[in-house]
Amino acid sequence: MALSGLEIYKLLPKTNCKDCGFPTCLAFAMQLAAKKASLDKCPHVSAEAKQALEGASQPPIKLVTVGTGDGKLQIGNETVMFRHEETFHHPAGVGFLIEDSLDDAALKKKLDKINKLQFERVGQRIGANVVAIKSASGDAAKFSQVVKSVCGSTKLNIVLVAEDPKVLAAGVEASKDRRPLLHGANKANVDEMVKVAKGAGLPLVAVASGLEEIAELTQKIKAAGVEEIVIDTGPKDLTAKVNDLTYARRMALRKTFRPLGYPAIAFTTSSEPADEIAEAASFISKYAGIVIMKNCEPEEVLPILATRQDLYNDPQKPVQVEPKVYDIGNVTKESPLIVTTNFSITYYTVAGEVEASKVPTRIMACDAEGMSVLTAWAAEKFTPETITRMLGTVNADSLVSHHTIVIPGYVAVMSGKLEEGSGWKIQVGPREASGLPNYLKNFKV
Amino acid sequence: MALELIKDKWTNNINEVMLGADKPIKVGGENTLPFLFQEGDMPNRPVVAMEVWDMEPPDWPAHLKAALGDAVKSPVEWAKKAISEFGADLIVLRLQSANPETGNASADKVAETLKSVLAAIDVPLIVIGCGDDQKDNDIMPKCCQAAKGKNCLFGLATEDNYKTLTVSCMADGHSIIAESPIDINIAKQVNILITDMGFDAKRIVMHPTTASLGYGMEYVYSIMERARLAALNGDKMLAMPFILFVGQEVWRVKEAKEEEPGWGDVAKRGHLWEMTTAINMLQAGADILVMRHPQAFKDTKKAIERLMKK
Repeated sequence: MALSGLEIYKLLPKTNCKDCGFPTCLAFAMQLAAKKASLDKCPHVSAEAKQALEGASQPPIKLVTVGTGDGKLQIGNETVMFRHEETFHHPAGVGFLIEDSLDDAALKKKLDKINKLQFERVGQRIGANVVAIKSASGDAAKFSQVVKSVCGSTKLNIVLVAEDPKVLAAGVEASKDRRPLLHGANKANVDEMVKVAKGAGLPLVAVASGLEEIAELTQKIKAAGVEEIVIDTGPKDLTAKVNDLTYARRMALRKTFRPLGYPAIAFTTSSEPADEIAEAASFISKYAGIVIMKNCEPEEVLPILATRQDLYNDPQKPVQVEPKVYDIGNVTKESPLIVTTNFSITYYTVAGEVEASKVPTRIMACDAEGMSVLTAWAAEKFTPETITRMLGTVNADSLVSHHTIVIPGYVAVMSGKLEEGSGWKIQVGPREASGLPNYLKNFKV
Repeated sequence: MALELIKDKWTNNINEVMLGADKPIKVGGENTLPFLFQEGDMPNRPVVAMEVWDMEPPDWPAHLKAALGDAVKSPVEWAKKAISEFGADLIVLRLQSANPETGNASADKVAETLKSVLAAIDVPLIVIGCGDDQKDNDIMPKCCQAAKGKNCLFGLATEDNYKTLTVSCMADGHSIIAESPIDINIAKQVNILITDMGFDAKRIVMHPTTASLGYGMEYVYSIMERARLAALNGDKMLAMPFILFVGQEVWRVKEAKEEEPGWGDVAKRGHLWEMTTAINMLQAGADILVMRHPQAFKDTKKAIERLMKK
């Protein structure tokens, strides 16, 4: 946990020398606590104080980077147990297990499938971002060959899974420039695994079945010089696994218990699609940093990616679409023009129903700062004035000949004022988007 | 080194609500956040109810209707099939035919249907109005009366329309669903309004509003977590079990309904989307899930078995 201003003050020289640029040591301490100044501004701070302060300023859950470049995966550095308290910061990696026992054709087929797991939904790009390659054979040459082949055919981030340090080292050799995550060190092989990880400067997974053993292992790994660690309590019953993930996160955040202050990786244990989804979705909602699945059919992966997309949305920043007119279908000058707000969920719900109606329609998404219709109306962001202004901005007169707009049923009360203010004819649409298909099919100016 | 994990203990538990008469079940009663059995107990596992309409749903996607078969033509057959074939813990009967836009059936007519469904099943029944406030206030008193003695759960009471339903439920011995629009303050307010009329707080189930996965589910998820934390910390006006209408929301979204290149088999995607939404709601504290697709239904029940394993 971060230190308070007063706790920091006690560790400072208390000379008020102003060399840091602040009038007093206390003022400087307050700025440090608020993370608005850094400790190196004070030239007089003692070595012990420095160590104590730097230790305390480390995030409670270590940030770990897997992979390189734009698509790299960063996990950890989380600050809350519940997303409403702030937000979940680093979206979990979602990936798939590939065993080195697959033959070339099967390997290629699986990778082709995995590479296609990139989707665009509700205006955002989401996709799988990890491949975990497991040595099933225990053969270093075989592992190295498959790792090389995978690295050549996908840009996704790599996790190497092998228990034998020699086999893992062969995999590292074949994928060094990809900054893979190494899985992993257990009680028996930790010394050698640390050497492999440290030698290549790579992050390492600590594997043990209980959190207590995990804590011992991470301390050993850290003492040996590997800083970026991920934890794995191995295959378990669903709820036992979720409990592990929950308690590790809680110990790190509430007790600043550093031996568990690392992101976690969780592998699904079921192969049956629905059973596997139940696990993967639970791991995403309950704190896993990486989820590795077996199945990679798009209809099974998409709900998991959407779960991640939803839960990692920042609750303080509503997701917005660009305020403008969207054409759905082959619109003409006679097509209906319906009005809604630019809150992403509102817009996409409306757009989905319009698509389903098969009636070509224009949707004008007004800038309501990302609020839904009723909220925006109550906050005076979705008013006769803002709609009138928007009609001008998009030059709506040039788009439709009927000079009519449809407003959501929930804001029917504004019809009169809007008609007067804008000079447009107003029709009141259904209250819920689900009423749109029926409404649009019977639309008449 | 003995590692001592932080175990939270709470002062309050969620109310336990008994539903049904012939084969009653209890919901709620937990004194922990979901599935943290080292800290508390969930004496009643979350249950899954199948949604049955009193008319054939006009616009459900073909792959959903196909999975249900001809039973959708008769509420009695549909309810019976839900229990015998799909293993429904409860049945939800939605009185859609009374809605002025979809048939405008009379109070007598829907009460008759309700009676015939009650006669055919022994599991608890949840009864939902047609969604039109005025019409619901017209049909619900008759329906409550028709179901007297069956200890049903009736909905939906909202901040603007709760009095008629509250009075009827009280008179005929039913529990009530209090709905709020993804707003913890209104959720509490509706519960207060209903109890102020003399209604027993321990016979209220909360509907915090449902949203599909991918369409605002996270707002519901967080409202549920906030309400649950407040309830466990002692707020008795939020200590009601949660009901979520998962099927109703999921089967409106593109991901469950529409073909899309690269998105995989839509027939499977639909029920997996419904099940995934249900799983997320369970992790946020759902007590009753109302679902539509038999496969999603079975998969969710199986997941609950696994989640409840201590």
